[in-house]
Amino acid sequence: MAAGTALDAMAITTADDAAAREFAHVVERHRPQIFRFLLSSTRDVDLAETLTQECFLKAHRNWGGFRGESSAMTWLMRIAINLQKDHWRNRRMQFWRTTRTNSVDLDEASEWLPSGESSIEQQLLAKERVKQVWTAVKGLSERQRTVFLLRYVEEQELSEIAAATGLSEGTVKAHLSRAVAKVRLELGGRR
Amino acid sequence: MMRRFDDKRDGLKEQAVDLHDAELPDAEFEEALKDFKSSVHAWSDAAYSRPRTVTREVRVRSWRLAAGWAMGCVLVAGSLSGGLLERQHRLDLARIAAEQRAVEQQRQQREQQARAKITDEVLLAEVDSDVSRQVPSAMEPLAQMMADDETK
Repeated sequence: MAAGTALDAMAITTADDAAAREFAHVVERHRPQIFRFLLSSTRDVDLAETLTQECFLKAHRNWGGFRGESSAMTWLMRIAINLQKDHWRNRRMQFWRTTRTNSVDLDEASEWLPSGESSIEQQLLAKERVKQVWTAVKGLSERQRTVFLLRYVEEQELSEIAAATGLSEGTVKAHLSRAVAKVRLELGGRR
Repeated sequence: MMRRFDDKRDGLKEQAVDLHDAELPDAEFEEALKDFKSSVHAWSDAAYSRPRTVTREVRVRSWRLAAGWAMGCVLVAGSLSGGLLERQHRLDLARIAAEQRAVEQQRQQREQQARAKITDEVLLAEVDSDVSRQVPSAMEPLAQMMADDETK
């Protein structure tokens, strides 16, 4: 009886260790992408880091309940989107707190460009285009922005976006269509 | 700040094809989206690998928070003790004034009593002198007779 209890305890410990290792692997693999999505959504490095920490803390607490019905990335992205929503909702409610935001302005966000083999003129042109896209993204609604960033920055499939946002694929398409139209308008493009 | 990194050019065309036909991006739009994605990736990579200064910031914030709380506590304690001292001071002044009034009243009572006593004594003395002038001395006739005999 005692030997059986000891064996059970060892089995539980081994299972816990395996789960911890698996979660550590998930963190190592997906953390940069979660951080990138939150950074592009908030344009605030400190806030993106904080929300990324909270995302993986929440994921760690609920890792036992993750049944693998979607990919770990989709599950984590859903947590990150909800945390971001909660943050802005709380921020609106707590109006007595400081209203200063750490979000960088669009010029600073547009500074990050690939140098590549392009000339200075091409880089200036690219910088201007990036700034225009940032301006358009800033003007999008929360859902449109989330869908747009997941699609064009994270390169996720519509089905993955639908799973991460909890929307139907048709709704995702509609939001994406409107977002693209606004970005095209900002860029001065025509169809 | 310029950062060199690998452009992930693949995928955007396929993404665009997934959209409705009416939303197919043209080459310029596709190029803008590609630059935007590259820019976000470069920014994220740089921010992700930057040195962390969270501990120091938290310490500064906690220090400021503690200083704010301490100052607030000092102000509240000062206000409370000041109010208490002021109240105690007023109570002391009222007590001293009451004692002074009581002493003054006692002094006035004593003076009134003294004045009343003096008046009675003076009145009695006056009555005595008046009576002594109106009533002759009991030995006066004998003294008169003796005086007459000596003259004779």
